[in-house]
Amino acid sequence: MESTEDLVSISVTVNGRRYADQVEPRWLLAYWLRDRLGLTGTHVGCDTSQCGVCTVILNGQAVKSCTILAVQADNGTVLTVEGLAQDGTLHPVQAAFSEAHGLQCGFCTPGAEMLAVALLEENPHPTEAEIREALDGLLCRCTGYQHIVQAVALAAERKGRGA
Amino acid sequence: MIPERFRYHRARSLDEALDLVAQAPGQARILAGGHSLIPLMKLRLAQPQWVIDVEEVAELRGIREEGEVLHIGAMTRYRELMTDPLVARDAPLLALAARRVGDLQVRNRGTVGGALCHADPAADLPAAALASDAELELRSRRGQRRVALGDFLQGPLTTDLKPDEVLVAIHVPRRPGWGVAYQKFPHPASGYAVVGVAAAIAAESGRVARVCLGVTGVGPRAYRAAASEERLVGTGLDPEVLRAASAVVTDGIAVNHDQFASAEYRRHLAATYAERALAAAWAAIQA
Amino acid sequence: MNALIGQPVRRREDARLVVGRGQFTDDVQLPGMVYAVMVRSPHAHARIRGIDASRALGMPGVLAVFTGRDLEGVLGSVPTAWIPPNSDLKQTPHRPLAVDTVRYVGDAVAMVVAEDRYVARDAAEAVVVDYEPLPAVADVMAAVAEGAPLVHADAPGNIALHWKAGEVPDEVFARAEVVVRQRFRQQRLIPNPMEPRAAVAQYDSATGHLTVWMTSQNPHIHRFILAGILGIPEHHLRVVAQDVGGGFGSKISCYPDEALVAHAARVLRRPVKWVEDRSEHFTATTHGRDHVQEVELAGRRDGTIEALRVKAWANLGAYLSTAAPGVPTILFGLIVNGCYRIPQASTEVFGVYTHTTPVDAYRGAGRPEATYLIERMIDLFADAIGMDPVEVRRKNFVPRDQFPYTNPFGITYDSGDYERALQRALERIDYAALRREQAALRAQGRYLGIGFSTYVEMCGLGPSEVAGAVGFQGGLWEHATVRVHPSGKVQVFTGASPHGQGEETTFAQIVAEKLGVPFEDIEVVHGDTDRITMGWGTYGSRSLAVGGSALAVACQRLVEKGQRIAAHRLEAAVEDVVFEAGRYQVRGVPDRSLGFQEVALQAHLAWNLPPGVEPGMEASSAYNPSNFTFPFGTHVAVVEVDPATGAVELKRYVAVDDCGTPINPLIIAGQVHGGIVQGVGQALWEGAVYGEDGQLLTTSFLDYAMPKARFFPPIETEATVTPSPHNPLGVKGVGETGTIAATPAVVNAVIDALKPWNVRHLDMPLTPERVWRAIHGKGAQG
Repeated sequence: MESTEDLVSISVTVNGRRYADQVEPRWLLAYWLRDRLGLTGTHVGCDTSQCGVCTVILNGQAVKSCTILAVQADNGTVLTVEGLAQDGTLHPVQAAFSEAHGLQCGFCTPGAEMLAVALLEENPHPTEAEIREALDGLLCRCTGYQHIVQAVALAAERKGRGA
Repeated sequence: MIPERFRYHRARSLDEALDLVAQAPGQARILAGGHSLIPLMKLRLAQPQWVIDVEEVAELRGIREEGEVLHIGAMTRYRELMTDPLVARDAPLLALAARRVGDLQVRNRGTVGGALCHADPAADLPAAALASDAELELRSRRGQRRVALGDFLQGPLTTDLKPDEVLVAIHVPRRPGWGVAYQKFPHPASGYAVVGVAAAIAAESGRVARVCLGVTGVGPRAYRAAASEERLVGTGLDPEVLRAASAVVTDGIAVNHDQFASAEYRRHLAATYAERALAAAWAAIQA
Repeated sequence: MNALIGQPVRRREDARLVVGRGQFTDDVQLPGMVYAVMVRSPHAHARIRGIDASRALGMPGVLAVFTGRDLEGVLGSVPTAWIPPNSDLKQTPHRPLAVDTVRYVGDAVAMVVAEDRYVARDAAEAVVVDYEPLPAVADVMAAVAEGAPLVHADAPGNIALHWKAGEVPDEVFARAEVVVRQRFRQQRLIPNPMEPRAAVAQYDSATGHLTVWMTSQNPHIHRFILAGILGIPEHHLRVVAQDVGGGFGSKISCYPDEALVAHAARVLRRPVKWVEDRSEHFTATTHGRDHVQEVELAGRRDGTIEALRVKAWANLGAYLSTAAPGVPTILFGLIVNGCYRIPQASTEVFGVYTHTTPVDAYRGAGRPEATYLIERMIDLFADAIGMDPVEVRRKNFVPRDQFPYTNPFGITYDSGDYERALQRALERIDYAALRREQAALRAQGRYLGIGFSTYVEMCGLGPSEVAGAVGFQGGLWEHATVRVHPSGKVQVFTGASPHGQGEETTFAQIVAEKLGVPFEDIEVVHGDTDRITMGWGTYGSRSLAVGGSALAVACQRLVEKGQRIAAHRLEAAVEDVVFEAGRYQVRGVPDRSLGFQEVALQAHLAWNLPPGVEPGMEASSAYNPSNFTFPFGTHVAVVEVDPATGAVELKRYVAVDDCGTPINPLIIAGQVHGGIVQGVGQALWEGAVYGEDGQLLTTSFLDYAMPKARFFPPIETEATVTPSPHNPLGVKGVGETGTIAATPAVVNAVIDALKPWNVRHLDMPLTPERVWRAIHGKGAQG
């Protein structure tokens, strides 16, 4: 099989802005966002696809950006933590994380928030058990999860009221 | 962790994908959801020269009725299995297993084809697909063939997939009215099945007419517990029968052992979970 | 001005963290930055016959490959910072890169630097190291056995240290009515903060100064030690730790990696970044715990404990990490009596070298190991004499009227009311009803267990004189500067180095209340050795008790200075001016007052200051505490065991903690939750496992079970308040209490559930198989 190019052209819409780039196929989406776009809010916490710290929303669904190649996002739409707040107003999930003290060191927080956004999109009124189940896709070493669970519930309540 | 260099091609059609794998036999890997392949590549345990992305291959998508069977495209994601109305009606066992896979993000990406071709001996879907009598539709430039999943799965991360083949779809008999259950003892870290048992039962006048028991996590590959099934057919699934049938669920199997569970314990868990899955499937019929 | 101390103020650090604008070390991007990757040993013990880096060096984009030989005479050894007296500590050189011998899986042998992270990784794979594998020993007891392979030639029998405190004669045990003996294994844990370690180094060739951004809990300690390894004056090195993604002890230690990265930056004249992979973290970052303990308790049938004797073997790994020698000795051995009045107690500890990753502080550091053994022994003793474990605890508590209480090792507990916390917990769970429910369920074949842990811990480290006396090679005071700008805005510079604990908020609360300045006008600066005079960092639940106290003292100095200025301006005597809610007021004359911020402006303008008062409004304090602090409380775990599988379900968890005066209850709750979850992690799931050959078998989140949200019911927390009498805030610290308390509570609960099967003890983690084997009398797994 012949190959002419090591680099592949991609075009991805990230947080509403279109980016065209030449990437190596092996670049992971997480590193592409961090290194090439400077969107360092997406963190990398493991290398076996367990911790969920790198979670972003790709084409409407929560995914682990350390387990997606940047080339796989070609022609896609990515939402990262940097794209949640609109015009300086925190997204209800972000506001709830702060209000409920759903973060300590803040390293897993972007992943936790993206996961929460995706969950609430799918299930606007999750039970506590459903929230804990969804958080299976996230490791947090600081909070013991309790305030994260409360933050997600609070965000759900707010959204439910149309706030 | 970063994969070695490789070349990437996004196939736009099944023909194109088949051409690509045919040109680089053994050196190309099909990239579906990537949740099995990419972690292996990051750890450099898989080092394909070519990665063929089949994301856009329409022929690998879709869930539809084809007479007595349900056709489920290889690119069907776990998430779709969980929510598809046809699956819910005709093959709900697959949905039950899909619900127990990994976590929300993994279920958004992981695919039926990826799971079956990766053949992780502790994956959930193979147990349910075995208990659903799934048949695989494989295509290559040489033609098409159908293989029963039980023959396809050969060992840990080993299948009958030929280097030039692509898994197109699985076909499962439509079984509305069967009682099904998937019971799993997850590993606390990985979420994979230490033991997972998928049970499907058809009843006639209060007795077991047919029963399918798929087991994962226990042996080198997911398998059908034929010895258990035999003991159950024709019975009313009373407790002693249930216990006796479950007790032989690992007969003839080289049972796995690892840090978390010895072979002895896993054998016991398998029997316990077989019992629980069968009882739940039976209860689902009565309901 | 409302009181701020004690209020659940929302954290200000959240503003950047919830939007993804924190600055963690890996977020630092510098022009021309290159990447380092370490080549690490796959062998637990091997001789290095040779290293061939030629292929790596030939790869496009590769800038350098460093080996141990290259660095001899260039970089110093990585020292330990704790030398317990009378312990015959065998310090062995720890070279930044192994020279002839590797001593654990993960020991670094080479560093590759390349233009990008991808090439660096490829090149690291291309470095060929010729190893001659040697026999290895990983288990602590195997390492002290006759004929075990030696980790260091100059540490015979692999004994790194031998330390003793107290003495209990054999006769005490010979004469005792009841003697309970048990061997405990404290399994090895992996800290796993969600942010792996990282470093970015930049060299300024014009000034010869190095800046190192790094994941640190104590930048000044890192500067002190790194400067030594690098052979440069301390003031040529700036260490910055802006946002740090958790530490749990693992980011206290000084590792080779950060020094190597700094060295590469100065040699290559390019900024260099190194970020640990998670897989790398499992072997290259210090582990925690890993003891074998033999414990004997002597008591009377009426429940009185008379003596406790502890002998422990602590696995220290292949090299002495920064605080490692102090963790299983000073931080463990001096408080094994817990919250009980035990007249006689002794501890003997062997620190042992093995071919494993170095072991150092992990959340709680020594105190969880101590609390576990005493809380388990209480239950074993209760069982032996047929008494309720709650009654045994109560009977032996240090009574509230006996504080300060000096324990058998000479440690003086500052204040406490153990009975009150226990009582609160008993009421919360309705103990009597819960026992009835347990009995009723048991009759139905369901097995509930109730477990207690009434803990006390020694934290708020600590008096510097004590640090010196116990061999810690640093001070344990803390520095604070409070700078009031002419506009009245306040900057606080603290030597504490928070990494999730929220001191940007709590410290601002303290200053706002003490100075009466709006909370919004205060900024807390931390984690930068160039901006902060000095500091000893955040660990041992010390930030608030020591760093917060330093702030309180500095604020008091400003208030007093302001008072002199205000009195002068108000034409009143200093003693007639009172300071209240941010205003200086002439006593009895309400309309004659000045706000603190107005006074600050006057201080800066210096147009009209009283004689002897210098211009400016800034004060510092170097607060050296007079004692440790001793938080305490009662934790109760309720579990259910499935006898068919051995699976343990945590049904309920109640924590009553007393951490002295609360500053921010929201943050306290967060610390307690997180601590408990980590403690339960040790009880039920976590454990690093080495094979006999020294291979680490738990190498990722696929096999090392971290606690997940789904494993827990909502944790119920309550507080009692017993202020510490010896610091100006009355605070005690809360960062480690949960981890210290939770582990024995859960294990006691599981053993309680297993009563019908007469199970006396099980070692952690209480995996389903372990529990199932105990129920079915199957003995340990082969």
